[in-house]
Amino acid sequence: MIDQGMVRTVQIDKDLVAASATPLVLAILVEGENYGYAILKRVRELSNGKLDWTDGMLYPLLHRLLRLGYVTTEWRTPPEGRRRKYYAITDSGRAALKEHHRQWVTVTDALSEVWRDSDFSDFALGNA
Amino acid sequence: MRSLEAQIAEWRSFLTQNPAVDGHEVDELENHLRSQITDLATTGLSDDEAFLVAVKRMGSLDDLADAYAQEYSGRLWKQIVGSTRDRTTDATDGRLIAVTFAVASAIAVALTLLVGGYPDYEASWLVRNAGLLVLPFLSGYFAVRQQLSAQQMLVSAIPFVVAAVLINLYPYADNTSEDFPYGEGSATELLVALHLPVVLWIACAYPYLGGDLKSRERLMDFVRFTGEWFIYYVLLALGGGVLLGLTAAILEPAGVDVESIIEWVLPAAAAGGVIVAAWLVESKQAVIENMAPVLTMVFTPLFAVMLIVSAIVYAVTGIGAAFDRELLGVFDALLIVVLGLVLYSISAREPSAPPTLMDRVQMAAVAAALILDAMVLGAMIVRIGDLGFTPNRLAALGLNIMLFVNLSGTAWYSVRLLTGRDTFHRLEGWQISYLPVFAAWAAAVVIILPPLFSFE
Repeated sequence: MIDQGMVRTVQIDKDLVAASATPLVLAILVEGENYGYAILKRVRELSNGKLDWTDGMLYPLLHRLLRLGYVTTEWRTPPEGRRRKYYAITDSGRAALKEHHRQWVTVTDALSEVWRDSDFSDFALGNA
Repeated sequence: MRSLEAQIAEWRSFLTQNPAVDGHEVDELENHLRSQITDLATTGLSDDEAFLVAVKRMGSLDDLADAYAQEYSGRLWKQIVGSTRDRTTDATDGRLIAVTFAVASAIAVALTLLVGGYPDYEASWLVRNAGLLVLPFLSGYFAVRQQLSAQQMLVSAIPFVVAAVLINLYPYADNTSEDFPYGEGSATELLVALHLPVVLWIACAYPYLGGDLKSRERLMDFVRFTGEWFIYYVLLALGGGVLLGLTAAILEPAGVDVESIIEWVLPAAAAGGVIVAAWLVESKQAVIENMAPVLTMVFTPLFAVMLIVSAIVYAVTGIGAAFDRELLGVFDALLIVVLGLVLYSISAREPSAPPTLMDRVQMAAVAAALILDAMVLGAMIVRIGDLGFTPNRLAALGLNIMLFVNLSGTAWYSVRLLTGRDTFHRLEGWQISYLPVFAAWAAAVVIILPPLFSFE
């Protein structure tokens, strides 16, 4: 608890959050079909809570993916628990994810290359 | 203190007020809220605290509604309604602009008729220019509504100027004479009169979309706008017809020559109605959204029965005997209606819903329509083989091939959609990519066909 208070929250730029949202959700769905609330929990878990979305925003995104044909959805009631809307990735969703992956790898490669010998990475991570 | 359930109900009703968010989406969001509250409660928060934190995490409801509105701009045009903030002032402004352009178009029609010596003489140049008397005003209305820049306004005017110059410079054959004023007019001229409105209508997409043709979703808006505009226009025409009919019935016995007044009112009102219907589609969007699915529900089965019966009848009797120009026109109208029904019902569908009986009925209608169109195409090709090409036959053949291909694609994507192998997005994409095909064909008939047949 005390530790948490001392860690400076890393603010991720809004545009970056938006750009990474689609591949992140698709990648989580590759792990298996899932519903909105659990997808969000997984996002927090994967980013150690640093990538904090406004909860509501996940749903318009899911609807966009649905319209693009990247995911399918259906309402289902698991044996125990409440009725939820589950999302599953489709083949064209996987293809889109592959393309996202290619682009992100290109970007991160370029950034790590240019930052390799920079020492500012020290002060960025040093205090954490 | 209010109970948790009451608070959730209140939150829900607040969210439901926004037209951009529909029932299924609210269910899903409420589901999320409840999961969050349950989780928070296990960490020791009271119901009240958990509710507040969960709502806060959900984010601003306005932002959420805007995000949905953006996402569904395609289906529901909620970008107009979505920005609830300045809706009221917008509506009144829109009305004034719409009425101004409608009146201007009506005056343009009346003046041109006056110049043309109407009603004693219905000059063929009047018919040919009909589209140019109405649709520039529709384009202008959109341009003002969308606040186009001066440059964009110039661009939106180009098709109209080009069309006006071209169709009035072409030397159509004049088969009429002093002695025989009602002879067969130039066939190519008549085709131009029929196809030019289509070209100009599609040209209106540019100002309608605010000068941005790149967004495919917005192009689909225009396709939907066309369908909804048609419904409103038919309703206005029906109402206007009843009004004129009753006026004549009441005043004729008193010795008023209503007919000669109606002769003038009718064309002017038909022109103004085009713009009024366009305004109605935008400002009374919710009405049409409720109406279109109901109309589809009522008429899809009826049309399906009619199409199947017709397909059987013509399959038995053969289409050759009854085939003539009028029947062809009827078939084309029918195919366009079927296409419209399919598009309506599919766009109003909840994407994740399983196929219903209605979907199957609709597929049967499309299949019957395709069979009919195949027979029509066959009959046309035989006729062209026997008698050779005329402007009319070429234009009709082109139209039917286009409709056939479009309906086949629609049927293909509908089947895939209904069996869950594809999304509505693909069907939308098909219709959107077809828009330029329609425009190009109509433009070709206006521009290339007349010289090709030496303006006969």
